[in-house]
Amino acid sequence: MQIAEFEVLLPLIGGLFIGLSALALLWFNGRVAGICGIAYGVMSRATEGRFESAELSWRIIFLFGLVLGAGAFHMVSGAPIPVPEIDLAALIGGGLLVGLGTKIGSGCTSGHGVVGIGRLSVRSIVATATFMLFGVISVFVFRHLLGVI
Amino acid sequence: MINLIALVCGTLFGVGLAASGMTNPAKVQGFLDLFGIWDPSLIFVMGAALAVTLVSFRFVLKLSKPMFADDFDLPSKTSIDPQLLAGAALFGIGWGISGFCPGPAIASVAYLNVDIFIFLGSMFLGAFLGQLGLKK
Repeated sequence: MQIAEFEVLLPLIGGLFIGLSALALLWFNGRVAGICGIAYGVMSRATEGRFESAELSWRIIFLFGLVLGAGAFHMVSGAPIPVPEIDLAALIGGGLLVGLGTKIGSGCTSGHGVVGIGRLSVRSIVATATFMLFGVISVFVFRHLLGVI
Repeated sequence: MINLIALVCGTLFGVGLAASGMTNPAKVQGFLDLFGIWDPSLIFVMGAALAVTLVSFRFVLKLSKPMFADDFDLPSKTSIDPQLLAGAALFGIGWGISGFCPGPAIASVAYLNVDIFIFLGSMFLGAFLGQLGLKK
């Protein structure tokens, strides 16, 4: 195995912010900081015409904050904005699989990985191990065997 | 108050994702590339986030109710079923192909890059198909 040059401090600080966000949302609002759950909660309410739900507004505001926070970090720190170099098929195929998988698997990196494991949910531990494993297999197959990403 | 907390939490989360490198798909793919040139940085992201949640949730979940809401709204399912495993596997494959998971992809709207919108459009389409499928 070859190991790339890697950073420690910024990932630790970033992770700390994510953990504190999840803590505050649970402690103050009693809600899980799973981004899929929040985003798909907006989608299901919007597509089913349930616009009056009190569960809708905080979700939209949280997602707005997510975008605001990412933009603010780059403005304040001057860190370069990442430019994805992913071809169209991978964007579309990857997007479809991520959306379908996180919907039927009830969560993603944040919901299962940070909040679910944080409350020692066996379901979330199994889900996280599974998507990590398949993520590694996916990069191995598509990058090293097929050479397409 | 609920909405103000949501704004602060969303913003903290967004700063965290951008600062940690999660919004850079090349970095995420480097993390998943165990058989190539492995970039371990993202271990520290999950490690730090889990250090906070694993310790603090033990205390928070013992409270009778959250500070500003009536109840804790936690997932009720506990079963390890084929649906969970299939969903997590499909998500993992898509995550590897694109380098994006949902949180960073949504936060990346801030970068105003057309690729992000293509990914998000596909992601919500996939989730919508899942939503339709689950209803049957």
